[in-house]
Amino acid sequence: MTYHRPTNVDEALGILADGGFCVAAGCTDLYPATTAKALPGPVLDITAIPALRGISRTGDGWRIGATTTWTDIVTADLPPAFDCLKLAAREIGSVQIQTAGTVAGNLCTASPAADAVPCLLTLDAQVELRSATSTRVLPLSRFLTGPRQTARAPGELVTAILVADGSARGTSHFLKLGARKYLVISIAMAAVRLEIDRGVIARAALAIGACSPVATRLPDLERILTGQSLDRAAASVVEDQVAAPLTPIDDMRGDAAYRVDAATELLRRSLAALASAARETA
Amino acid sequence: MNRPFGSLTFTVNGERRTAAAAPGRRLSEVLREDLKLFGTKVGCDAGDCGACTVLLDGAPVCACLTPAARASGAEITTVEGISGQGANALQRSFLRHGAAQCGICTPGMLMAASALLAETPHPTRAEVEDAIGGVLCRCTGYTKIVDAICDAATVDADEAIPEPGRAVGARIERLDGRPKVVGTEVFGADYLPQGAMDVRAIRSPHHAASFTIGDTVSWAAQAPGKVQVFTAADIPGINCFGTIPPFADQPAMAASRVRLRGEAIAIVVAETATLDEIDLSSFPVTWHPEPCFVSLDTEPDAPLHETRPDNLLITGFVQTGDVDAALANTAHVASGEFETSYVEHAYIEPEAGVAWPEGHTLCIQACTQAPVMDRDDTARILGLPEEKVRIIPAAAGGGFGAKLDLSLQPLIGLAALKTGRPCRMIYSRAESMMSTTKRHPAKMTARIGCDAGGKITGMVFDGDFNTGAYASWGPTVAVRVPVHASGPYKTPAYRAKARAKHTNGPTAGAFRGFGVPQAAILQETVYDDLAEKAGLDRLAFRRLNALQDGDRSVCGQELHGVGIAACLDALRTPWHRALDRAAEFNAAGGQARRGVGIASCWYGCGNTGLPNPSTIRIGITPDGTLNIHQGATDIGQGANTVVTQIAADALGLPIAQFELIGPDTHLTPDCGKTSASRQTYITGKAALLAAQALRRDILARSNMGEDARLRLHGRTLVITDGTASHDIHLADLPENPHGYVLSAEETYDPPTEGLDENGQGKPYAVYGYGAQIAEVEVDMVLGTVKVHNMTAAHDVGRVVNPMLAEGQIEGGIAQGLGMALMEEYIPGRTENLHDYLIPTAGDMPSIESILIEVPDPEGPMGLKGLGEHVLIPTAPAILNAIRHASGARITRLPALPHRVLAAIRATR
Repeated sequence: MTYHRPTNVDEALGILADGGFCVAAGCTDLYPATTAKALPGPVLDITAIPALRGISRTGDGWRIGATTTWTDIVTADLPPAFDCLKLAAREIGSVQIQTAGTVAGNLCTASPAADAVPCLLTLDAQVELRSATSTRVLPLSRFLTGPRQTARAPGELVTAILVADGSARGTSHFLKLGARKYLVISIAMAAVRLEIDRGVIARAALAIGACSPVATRLPDLERILTGQSLDRAAASVVEDQVAAPLTPIDDMRGDAAYRVDAATELLRRSLAALASAARETA
Repeated sequence: MNRPFGSLTFTVNGERRTAAAAPGRRLSEVLREDLKLFGTKVGCDAGDCGACTVLLDGAPVCACLTPAARASGAEITTVEGISGQGANALQRSFLRHGAAQCGICTPGMLMAASALLAETPHPTRAEVEDAIGGVLCRCTGYTKIVDAICDAATVDADEAIPEPGRAVGARIERLDGRPKVVGTEVFGADYLPQGAMDVRAIRSPHHAASFTIGDTVSWAAQAPGKVQVFTAADIPGINCFGTIPPFADQPAMAASRVRLRGEAIAIVVAETATLDEIDLSSFPVTWHPEPCFVSLDTEPDAPLHETRPDNLLITGFVQTGDVDAALANTAHVASGEFETSYVEHAYIEPEAGVAWPEGHTLCIQACTQAPVMDRDDTARILGLPEEKVRIIPAAAGGGFGAKLDLSLQPLIGLAALKTGRPCRMIYSRAESMMSTTKRHPAKMTARIGCDAGGKITGMVFDGDFNTGAYASWGPTVAVRVPVHASGPYKTPAYRAKARAKHTNGPTAGAFRGFGVPQAAILQETVYDDLAEKAGLDRLAFRRLNALQDGDRSVCGQELHGVGIAACLDALRTPWHRALDRAAEFNAAGGQARRGVGIASCWYGCGNTGLPNPSTIRIGITPDGTLNIHQGATDIGQGANTVVTQIAADALGLPIAQFELIGPDTHLTPDCGKTSASRQTYITGKAALLAAQALRRDILARSNMGEDARLRLHGRTLVITDGTASHDIHLADLPENPHGYVLSAEETYDPPTEGLDENGQGKPYAVYGYGAQIAEVEVDMVLGTVKVHNMTAAHDVGRVVNPMLAEGQIEGGIAQGLGMALMEEYIPGRTENLHDYLIPTAGDMPSIESILIEVPDPEGPMGLKGLGEHVLIPTAPAILNAIRHASGARITRLPALPHRVLAAIRATR
């Protein structure tokens, strides 16, 4: 088995150009997918590339390197807009999973229940994809094309997640619902980011996960909440507006109707939590 | 860096080690297979259980998810690395608190805790829970693990060794605990004899199918090394086994037709490296799927077993009095129906073991709960005389009933016989979940009546139990359920029927309680309705009906040493305190509602009206070694410790002087199986009788009175009585064939009577009793349930070891909580530990255990069994608390949030 562990991005892209490689970062999804004692297939391990790890400032925003782990997110000094991502980070799997697993890997696996996705959708995150010959940046909503499907081409590597300063504003919250405390796959989750101006919602970004093939924003509800008083926001959430963009499934974790109920309530509670936090700091 | 192959260098526990490992190999494999560091355990290979947690540069990771190449540049610390010369402070705290039961999760727990303690030497319970949330434990209920980690900074004094006569009742550390905490315990997968080959099974992907195996010779010839394939045709003996011989119906490997998903049809044997290169999915087999049904919702066209029309395995029946008349003429009648799911044992150790030929004997060292049953069935399958099979139980990484049945024993035995070499097999998590037994799904109805004063007048119970593809312990479940479905309450008129019916679902067998937990859910939830109709407090209603000494059970058995009233009395104060707390919380309003529930249990210890003897041998060698041959498998529950505690006090020598021998079918007399809550009682009584016999012999030889004191000093046994003293010089005495100069062997079999056609008789000689209070909080909008507190009162007759008893209660509550709130095994859907959920450290309530001692006239020193009792009241207490909090009447388990919310809405 071929196993490459390059130390710089160009070398990695060169290897990837040959095709057929499985990109390995945290490996928290790759190993569970096999019963073998070793990762099958030619592997490109990108964790020895220092340039890919960590969170940095760019000219107009934030750059989360492709091998940045969930623990890195928890310990990073980030503006309050990223609180949702930090809350998600603390609830991913377990400490062991947070130590190894990466945010970008969570996007690449593209599970409908990927915890990073609703948070990053509310941050209007973009995904930087590089190949040996080109670099392109896609909005997260276009990067994720379906359950376990992404727009990444075979020769491409996700090198970073980008959040523009324009979207790194305000405060945010995240709630995840599962049937147990740790090591749990979400039944439903909600991420909320709000920009508040003197008690009024100037801008709202809402997203729901695990209730559709890909987590989704709620643009209609965002429009309704914009201009409303923060204190009344939770009460303004109507289930039909939440339900409209969702296509939840029945599975062993919960039925479709319940998922909509739960998503609605998680949104209300997230809005209420942000309102309560705002009152406390006021 | 391009590493197609080659060797990697690792820094493990401060030492540089080199291994010829592929860079993408799981670190767990490198540690165990290449570096022979077996302290790191593998439970799932998917990051779901955390048993393989090691530190990578100080941070906890799952070794199963870590590529070797990534670890090779880091400092790796394993359980062996924290042990040093002995147990460190954390490991000693684990021993002191009883935090290791079976011990399979212990290394992972210790490593996760070590990472926390390095940063936070005095953590809060919440911090500990966050740190160990990724390590699953199925035995302890986590309580004592959290206690041990919080208390790791405390310097422990040397443990006081109980004086002779003071061992029973003492909170002593488990005698077999040290290897579990330092990582040297040998579980099924941890012994790899020189020259061992690996065995893997080819299993059915279909619930029902016929099949034809193709050209295995050509298939095997394509492999990179020598590969041998064995099928049912290679089995030299009778290819049929079962835990209850008259119902034996299960092949070790199917010959032409499979009846459940995961059933083995062939084994492939080769060097490990060769097997790793083979794609087993290319095995030449043609499947012809057949119509199948895995639940009782669908009626099948044809029976799974020709001799069992309507797929009925057996019906259990108990009847007393005229129940129809009683219910027709009573003041209040309540009825209910309930449906439960398949529940997976989910021990953290998948089945594993190794077999090897030794002279003319076939040795099998594997996980088990029933060594002698393993020996007899394996011998029959392999066409060997029983004495030519030696079963050496490996440390069992959890059992809970499923390791009573044969799993890999005949497969590795066959491989070893055919190849003449040691052959090892380790089940994958999916293989373990697919192919081994489960708790029976049940569909039950009941009607119970009481008079105007609240006295129970009669009860009718009817249940269908999905027993899956093969008989296993289905007959036991069908018989135990009607005997126990009344609960520990006086029920003058009664009719209960339980049918075990075959489906193509997983074989349902033994799981802590043998069907009684399912029946108790229905009975105890209906009791809440009756209490309400009678206008009585729910605890008072149960206390009013509690069985008393001298009462007759529904089987007509006169009962003695009945402790249910004492348990309920002990809960009276906690009950009212809990009700007050809930009322106070609810008065504040909000979306959360708290509620309190109570439920009881009783449970007969040992086989139902059938012999199940245990034999204990105790001997002293010429050089003064005191051995106890203890053949009861200790799967974490503590038999090694409590049986020795009983023997020590009965003999009158300090427990510290006993050496444990066994279990091993060549070294220990038969102590039966570790099931039915029988070991402390039955093997404990055999130990009591053997120790008493040995003491009598010693006293007679020295002509001393009953109160004489024994001391064992080197090769001299000193007997003193007042001023008189007598020395027995052991080396001067003749040795018996076992090598002992003084010894005794005694057998105890409970005095029971079989049940007649109406289920009347004396099914058990000893019963244990208990009751539990659950305090829960229900989220009225999301339907989620958090169990805050459990208060558990259990009558154990006599407490042998309070720490181990509490450990049983806490672990039983964890399993009962899982069954109530999250566990549902769906064949083909939940064959892993992320879709099949068991409680984590963060899901556990605070638990208060109250140990009650109402002596049993038959039990040794008055004691009763406890192991299964502890799980029975938990689920119904939680369900009753959910109803108290929210009004929601749950009729199907598990009470997942969507089901709870639907039930809440149904009340509106």
